[in-house]
Amino acid sequence: MKPAAFRYHAPKTIDEAVALLAEVAGEDGRVLAGGQSLVPTMAFRLAKPAHLVDINGVTALDRIAETGGKLTIRACVRHAAFHRPVCKGPLGKLLADVVSHIAHYPIRNRGTFCGSLAHADPASEWCLVFAALDGEVLVKSARGERVITARDFFKGVMTTALRDDELLLEARLPLLTDDTRCGFYEFSRRAGDFALAAALGAYRVEGGKIVEPRLAIGGAEVKPRRIPEAELALAGATPGDKAFRAAAEAAMAAIDPMEDIVNSAEFRRDLVLAVARRALERAAA
Amino acid sequence: MNSVTKTTPTAKTPWIGQSVERLEDPPLVTGRGTFAGDINFPHQLTMRIVRSPHAHGRIVSIDTAAARALPGVFAVWTADDIAEVPPVDFREGSIPALDPYRQPVLAKERVRYVGDPVAAVFAADAYIAEDAADLVAMAIEELPPLLDAGAAPAEFSPGHSSEAALIRQGYGDVDGVFREAAHIVELELTVGRHSGVPLETRGAIGRYDAARGILELHGAAKVPHRNQELLARMLGLPPSSIHVHESHVGGGFGVRGELYPEDVLVCVAAKRFNRPVKWIEDRREHLVAANHSRQQVHKIRAAVDSDGVILAIDDRYFHDQGAYVRTHAARVVNMTAGILPGPYRVPAYRAIGHFRLTNKTPAATYRAPGRYETTFVRERLVDMIAHELKIDRVELRRRNAIAAKEMPYPRPLEALGEEIHYDTGDYVGLLDKLFAKVGWEALDAAVKKRKAAGELVGVGLAMFVEKSGLGPTDGVRISVDTSGMVEIVTGGASLGQGFETVMAQVAADALGVDYRRCRVIHGQTDRIAFGIGAHASRATVMTASATHIAALNVRAKAIAVAAELLQASPDALDIVDGEVVRKDGKAGPSIGLGAIAQNLAPTSKARGDREPGLADEGWFKTEHQVYPYGSHVAVVRVDRETGGVHIERYCIAYDIGRAINPALVHGQIVGGYAQGLGGALFEEFTYSEHGDPLAVTFADYLLPAMHETPAPEVLLRQDYTSPLNPLGIKGAGESGITAVGATIASAIDDAIGIPGAVRELPVTPQRLKQLLTQK
Repeated sequence: MKPAAFRYHAPKTIDEAVALLAEVAGEDGRVLAGGQSLVPTMAFRLAKPAHLVDINGVTALDRIAETGGKLTIRACVRHAAFHRPVCKGPLGKLLADVVSHIAHYPIRNRGTFCGSLAHADPASEWCLVFAALDGEVLVKSARGERVITARDFFKGVMTTALRDDELLLEARLPLLTDDTRCGFYEFSRRAGDFALAAALGAYRVEGGKIVEPRLAIGGAEVKPRRIPEAELALAGATPGDKAFRAAAEAAMAAIDPMEDIVNSAEFRRDLVLAVARRALERAAA
Repeated sequence: MNSVTKTTPTAKTPWIGQSVERLEDPPLVTGRGTFAGDINFPHQLTMRIVRSPHAHGRIVSIDTAAARALPGVFAVWTADDIAEVPPVDFREGSIPALDPYRQPVLAKERVRYVGDPVAAVFAADAYIAEDAADLVAMAIEELPPLLDAGAAPAEFSPGHSSEAALIRQGYGDVDGVFREAAHIVELELTVGRHSGVPLETRGAIGRYDAARGILELHGAAKVPHRNQELLARMLGLPPSSIHVHESHVGGGFGVRGELYPEDVLVCVAAKRFNRPVKWIEDRREHLVAANHSRQQVHKIRAAVDSDGVILAIDDRYFHDQGAYVRTHAARVVNMTAGILPGPYRVPAYRAIGHFRLTNKTPAATYRAPGRYETTFVRERLVDMIAHELKIDRVELRRRNAIAAKEMPYPRPLEALGEEIHYDTGDYVGLLDKLFAKVGWEALDAAVKKRKAAGELVGVGLAMFVEKSGLGPTDGVRISVDTSGMVEIVTGGASLGQGFETVMAQVAADALGVDYRRCRVIHGQTDRIAFGIGAHASRATVMTASATHIAALNVRAKAIAVAAELLQASPDALDIVDGEVVRKDGKAGPSIGLGAIAQNLAPTSKARGDREPGLADEGWFKTEHQVYPYGSHVAVVRVDRETGGVHIERYCIAYDIGRAINPALVHGQIVGGYAQGLGGALFEEFTYSEHGDPLAVTFADYLLPAMHETPAPEVLLRQDYTSPLNPLGIKGAGESGITAVGATIASAIDDAIGIPGAVRELPVTPQRLKQLLTQK
């Protein structure tokens, strides 16, 4: 469990970082932020990057800001930054709730929000939040900048639209209006483990009926995503057990679950039913 | 005589029974411990093992040229380079029927599990060694793997079946009883493959001291003298030319400290290269290379009369040994048969164990070997009898448990080569004490009420008998230096369980000194010629008994000398705080143990004809192990939708006879309980259909952590001491773990309202969800 040899680069500015990436991308150069997934992968020699571009020393990447109705989270913001609400309203509370499910304190102190998105583990809590709320990322390379929406960002298990020479500079989440209700629930074998299934539900109530429903599922499919069938079941319904159950059943039917020797597709569907309903119940609570 | 001073005797402090602080802790909590990784010698090489990526295959070729060509690589070995080294021997020596199944130090011709050592790289550092290991090219022709010990046996090697042995233990006319019995209750039960996972992985440092002609092995703890003898046999060296040194260890649990291929390799290489060789196992290696344990399938049936009295038990079980038979030989599979009946009267009994090789990591002992498995099997059977005969499960246990007045209770079965002979105990009495502690009736009523309200909540219980104190003998040498400091040299071993503290407490009581004035030496084969180490919950029973005897011998010597010097009758003297004083408490002359040691110095005129030195040995010998016992109770809540299990309450009652240090016993019980939960709910070495191990990191091999391990309540009793040793001690090491699988299974059954539902450990959410779906 000693990594293979690599060259280490420590740029001081974003421009230096993307210039370095442009140079080393072709030789399996990787960005090192929190390192909580990359470094173990290197220790197992499942990844043998020839170059590491360490962005921890790049100035001003550890910032969180609210701009234009969005929360922007720059590349070196650690999970632990979300333990207390980072913004007013439901979003800050939601992120504080979700972060308590991410691994354990030492990992939260080091791992980054943007790193989780770039790694794109199907069970990542932040990826689920990002998909549920239709976030977007700003990525930068020597060729320029571009914005990728959540819908286009995740491609499959640990696969994203990010190109080798691109640095995920910041993630943006829409701020939620004060009347937005949201709830998160995940099921994992142990506290801090990757979820076998997780759900995030959000909606507003107008005239006693659910409007703008969101229900996203993570951990069960190859990538987290909103489940339109479930949202359809919620839209216009009276918030409560009947609607939540209908939405959870729709989610259960709609998903294409991953399957392995330990966890069958059928079991994952059962879990989706449970987590979807419980996420919505928490939103209503 | 300058050291004779006037002191007023203080009240004698009994150290035994006190939860004194551990002597071991100051270096450990200040980061000054010496673990295998901390041991380094000048000019050492680092070893890296190249392991088989296939579960079963024929080695066509191994090309080490590229690895050898890498700068910093000193050598790369395959089996051909160590042709003179035999397979790893059994601890007790050759067993002709099992010898063909021993593990070669490096695989020859065949690889038999993923992780089988195929080549060894020796390099300047760990990074280069791993780079070079990646360059070793293996051509392996894959063969079909055998992964199920319940399937038909195959050929292991020409002339040898994959069923290495058929174990038989029993007594009475089992078939006759079954023919006549009013009821027969049958179950098939499975215990999953899991094992001890110490935080510190294995490590071995071999060093050859050419100046002294001594080969040293550092890093392995547990059974240093046994490993010394084993190495001597394997390498054809005189035992006295091999020194095995134990260091601090981050957990053992039966797994760490056995002699493995890697330990042999560092020794052979150190001698051949005349350079120290260090190997530190990484976690991924540990999970495929260190001993696995537990995997058994039992097809068990009981014959019972209409009152639920057990008349006979008939068990056929399949023991998945993995790819080779390691140092323990057939110990676990054999003990399984001997220990299964536990606390119950079983008038007729038959156990037939199929000891079978598969293409998985070799298996051996893990804390409570044979007992964790059989307690699950037996207690499941008892619950099922209660259900089928509609008798309360507690009442059924009362009817069948061996009573206190039946002790001692010999049983014509054996465990670890000794006839089973329960020494003392009151199994039902302890259960009643546990019920009183937990408020059984109120608990039962509360759970029933919650069930009626729709909750899946349940109570489980299990009874067990432990075995401990494996003999046959232990010796200890105690000497007092001229400052009065006591040195206790043992052949025992420490795996972090508080061995030093416990031995110091025992010596301190007998000798009349402060336990902090006792230094305990363990795990050093160059300090004492004999030792059996620390396993089978034996250390406190065996080594402490020897320590007690040795300390009494030294005490007698000290008092004899003091009597002469103080001109008093030996009967009138006592030793308090290291000073020999008058028993009657009157002020008068006294003499310290250090001064007595000075008087006994070889050059001292006062010594007269006495042997020099204030020192003596003590030996303790026993015919039988001692049998502590206990009961566990659990309350669990099941999540109907996810199959998750939440433990609301867990209580352990245990009668240890006599606790030298209750806090340490408590720690042993709680630690064992945590590991028991692992085997009950989380830990499992899973394999793909090709024999690829799937749990090779802590992301997939799930150890219970803080959130999953609610603090248990412990009722530690000292009601029935053992008559078989001078202090009445019974062992502590394995009581917390033994009944956890059984108890959790019983509680889950009760929670989901399906008697006998849980037939397999661990109870994963998916398995439990399936049980709920079938309901």
